Amino acid sequence: MSRFRRPTEDHPLTRWLLTLIALGFVGLFLILPLVEVFKEALGEGLEAALTAIKEPESLAAIRLTLIAAAIAVPLNAVFGAAAAWAIAKFDFAGKSFLVTLIDLPFSVSPVVSGLIYVLVFGLQGWLGPWLAEHDIKIVFALPGIVLATIFVTFPFVARELIPLMTDQGRDEEEAAVSLGASGWATFRRVTLPNIKWGLLYGILLCNARAMGEFGAVSVVSGHIRGLTETMPLHIEALYNDYNYAAAFAVAALLALLALVTLALKSLLEWRFADELAASRTH
Amino acid sequence: MTLSIQKIRKRFGTFAALDDVSFDVPDGTFLALLGPSGSGKTTLLRILGGLEQADLGHVAFAGLDWLMLPARERRAGFVFQHYALFKHMTVAKNIAFGLDVRPARQRPSRAEIARRVDELLALVQLEGLGGRYPSQLSGGQRQRVALARALAIEPRMLLLDEPFGALDAKVRKELRVWLRGLHDRLGLTTVFVTHDQEEALALGDRVAVMNKGRIEQLAAPADLIARPATPFVSEFLEDVRPQARATNIVALR
Repeated sequence: MSRFRRPTEDHPLTRWLLTLIALGFVGLFLILPLVEVFKEALGEGLEAALTAIKEPESLAAIRLTLIAAAIAVPLNAVFGAAAAWAIAKFDFAGKSFLVTLIDLPFSVSPVVSGLIYVLVFGLQGWLGPWLAEHDIKIVFALPGIVLATIFVTFPFVARELIPLMTDQGRDEEEAAVSLGASGWATFRRVTLPNIKWGLLYGILLCNARAMGEFGAVSVVSGHIRGLTETMPLHIEALYNDYNYAAAFAVAALLALLALVTLALKSLLEWRFADELAASRTH
Repeated sequence: MTLSIQKIRKRFGTFAALDDVSFDVPDGTFLALLGPSGSGKTTLLRILGGLEQADLGHVAFAGLDWLMLPARERRAGFVFQHYALFKHMTVAKNIAFGLDVRPARQRPSRAEIARRVDELLALVQLEGLGGRYPSQLSGGQRQRVALARALAIEPRMLLLDEPFGALDAKVRKELRVWLRGLHDRLGLTTVFVTHDQEEALALGDRVAVMNKGRIEQLAAPADLIARPATPFVSEFLEDVRPQARATNIVALR
């Protein structure tokens, strides 16, 4: 019995080939390296890996990474939502310029953005002398690391929300206001429920990047072991010391954090699939 | 008491959306704003609802300096063309919204709100559908929910922006008759925007024909047909005139 192909259907060979290429690519460039990281980390057993992670300098790096992400991500969630709100719901002069500006961290090399902070806040920088006089440390300290992280991860939430909020228009907000809702009540009861999935997705991406950021943080941190090294910086330092086992142990932990983030996202998408679909149809 | 609109002007950039619009209609009037797109009818409605600011002009209504009131204090029940229902809320929650967001001291009790929601559901003939979500309703049902939601705040006036524009012809006609009946029962001043001549003539006590940001003529439907004041009105109503005479819209009032 012969089977007819639909006019829009590709030749089976094409499908197989494309699928194979896609899978091969993902396997070679995404999965294989990840597997390799975990293999190296656990090469000398789980015990050895845990010992490496429990080193005080490693623990300090983990703590610093989590603190920086814990400050940067909520701030960027608020900034991102505010920027997206302004861009999507209001018309004002310089709007397209603002949109371009939001993308700036994506287009500028992280190293350059790190250098900007050193130039502004560093000892030889514009504000350096004043800051030194008042004993405020920004560069080579936590504030600098947080600032660099915020800069690099700023676009994630805003980028996620702008198209979503633009698409949703202002109708529901206008309805809420005409029904007597205050600005805050409108945001909390109408806008936020409509954007919560996009917001959550943006926050997860932002978090993954905030924990993994290397370039910008590397420039402003000063690489002081146990003090200003985040996990990515610490991994590099261990690696350069030929301490491969420890480097891979911390790298595996960092990768694990990212994987947990992704798993969380998938879980939420699966758990709330109905609601997600409902909020997308009008 | 009247709805008195005086010298309203509104520009968008260099485009004059409203150019010196003035008129008075008695309280309780069903006023239809009729005109082609870009004639300024929706802009006028949005100014009355507080969703747009007039550049100049004055509106007196219900003894209030209407345009000085913030939108959320006007209690103008606004019904949008595309319903603008809150997608993530049930029908009952949608209708209760205007009561739920009141400050604690003015908010009715939960039982009272539930009672009012049931009353309004009965009024718009959607009994038993309070637990549904808007996506589970037909277009005509959604628009009736939107109307119930607007009525929940005990509006001082009702503002309808092409409320039947997104519905098919049959549902549109049914809702039209029903809406007119509702208006007569409630006695609210209602402003209704449409580009459909037949709809405006069938529904309005008064019809304001608008063109290029100005009122061409404001009159009862019968007068518009019999005595068009300008060539624009005459031309704009040309298609419906024989129909209007045949069905004798005039005699319906």
